[in-house]
Amino acid sequence: MEEPIKYDSLPNFPGEIATADMGPTRVPRDSAVRTTPLPPQTWLRRHEALLIGTVAVAAFFVAWQGVASARIWSRLFLPGPVDVWEAFVELVKDGELAIDIAISGQEFVIGYALAALVGIPFGLLLGWYPRLRFAFDPFITFFYATPRIVLIPLFIIWLGIGIESKIAVIYLGAVFAILINTIAGVRSLDTSLLRVARSFGASDRQIFRTIALPGSVPFILTGLRLGVGHALIGVVVAEYVAAQHGIGRMMMIAGSTFQSSKVFAGLFLIAAAGLLLTYGLQRLERHFDAWRPQR
Amino acid sequence: MLLAVDGVTFDIADGEFVAIVGPSGCGKTTFLNAVDGLLPLTSGTLTLNGKQIDRPGHDRAMVFQQPSLLPWRTVLGNVMYGVEMLRIPKDEALTRAKRFVELVGLGGFVESYPLELSGGMQQRANLARALAVDPEVLLLDEPFAALDAQTRETMQQELLRIWNETRKTAVFITHDIVEAVYLADRVVVFTARPGRVKEIVTIDIPRPRDLRVKRHPRFVEIETRIWESIREEAARDALAASA
Repeated sequence: MEEPIKYDSLPNFPGEIATADMGPTRVPRDSAVRTTPLPPQTWLRRHEALLIGTVAVAAFFVAWQGVASARIWSRLFLPGPVDVWEAFVELVKDGELAIDIAISGQEFVIGYALAALVGIPFGLLLGWYPRLRFAFDPFITFFYATPRIVLIPLFIIWLGIGIESKIAVIYLGAVFAILINTIAGVRSLDTSLLRVARSFGASDRQIFRTIALPGSVPFILTGLRLGVGHALIGVVVAEYVAAQHGIGRMMMIAGSTFQSSKVFAGLFLIAAAGLLLTYGLQRLERHFDAWRPQR
Repeated sequence: MLLAVDGVTFDIADGEFVAIVGPSGCGKTTFLNAVDGLLPLTSGTLTLNGKQIDRPGHDRAMVFQQPSLLPWRTVLGNVMYGVEMLRIPKDEALTRAKRFVELVGLGGFVESYPLELSGGMQQRANLARALAVDPEVLLLDEPFAALDAQTRETMQQELLRIWNETRKTAVFITHDIVEAVYLADRVVVFTARPGRVKEIVTIDIPRPRDLRVKRHPRFVEIETRIWESIREEAARDALAASA
């Protein structure tokens, strides 16, 4: 049996090491090393991003109102935030706005829902079967690269100036974003998970249901979020060209009659819709982010 | 085409724990994938109980090198995964999955998601998923390679405990000789690529073994012998590569 090392009998290392230049550095044996705790985060610190953002937006509106109130340009040309608000209230009182929102909303919901209903299943299919994808890829690339609003004249010829032609434009706008992202989701599936499934004897159908479908969810959500933007462009632009009702048409008419305040009111409505929908989908995306393949 | 494994012939007895070691790139994992049925054989046969292996089956289950857990399923859901493929009643599958989650020591983490678990815990779930299928042969592909040294030793000990309770036939791939000697009844040494069986070393260290056995002279003797054997192969491989 060897003698165990008695640490207490050793010289006070490294305390006894001294060099010519430096005096002995002594670390007292009984000094426990402590660190200073981080200062507590204040409320201000924690909400910094939100606060600065809010202040910036408020400053912008104040400046805008200031420039507008100076009346360098006429109110027809540059209305201030107050004018925009008044125009908005007027539109609400008219009852016109409710109809416009209802029509535009209807177009959006139908067009976007169709895009999701087609884009997701079709994207899953194309992601899963490469040969099918090879066949459809040229068409998808063609349509995705082309601004689909150039098709509006055709849709008006085919479907008239009612909501049908708008739904078609909105649908085409959103469907490719959803389709392409869904395909990407299936294609970027974690290969190690596919190996697990195969190793445990899963059939192709079981692999699809248990791996491909849930694994693509984060990408599908990204597609849906990007689709919102495309769909909203579709709503406004399609109504610009020819329509009976809708926010886009309201803005178009207001614009051609120099009612700039109403144009701004429409702009903020569309922006609000886009922000709200994008925010909701972003929240969902963040929730499912952990599912994305880790690389 | 690359010839990864060539002329590998050996038998594994029922309930035996076999470890395969060899220089890196010698085709250990390729061999294991073939046993699992994930890779087709160019020639030769692999049989399990006299039946030829040509596709994955429920008589074999793999513990993967990467935990490869489904991130959208809880620990219990992941352990259920293999069992679900068996077409047994749902409640029976659930009881079985729960039993194995318990066995690997994840009883307190049934509802946790993989990303909330440490590497060692993820590998426990990976092991439970394979065991829950109740396979005849358990295939382990360097399951502890990515873990830190302390966790790896804990997991080795845990694996022996669990194996002792289930007594499954096990084929364990590793590049860690100490791990191979500690776990196995026999250690198969592969040659450099294409991998052949160089020698089969019987580990005559009695069970149950605990981690202290790694310091035993007999253990060190066996370990050194296998180390020499692999070193020879690695040198030969390096020579072949530079030629």
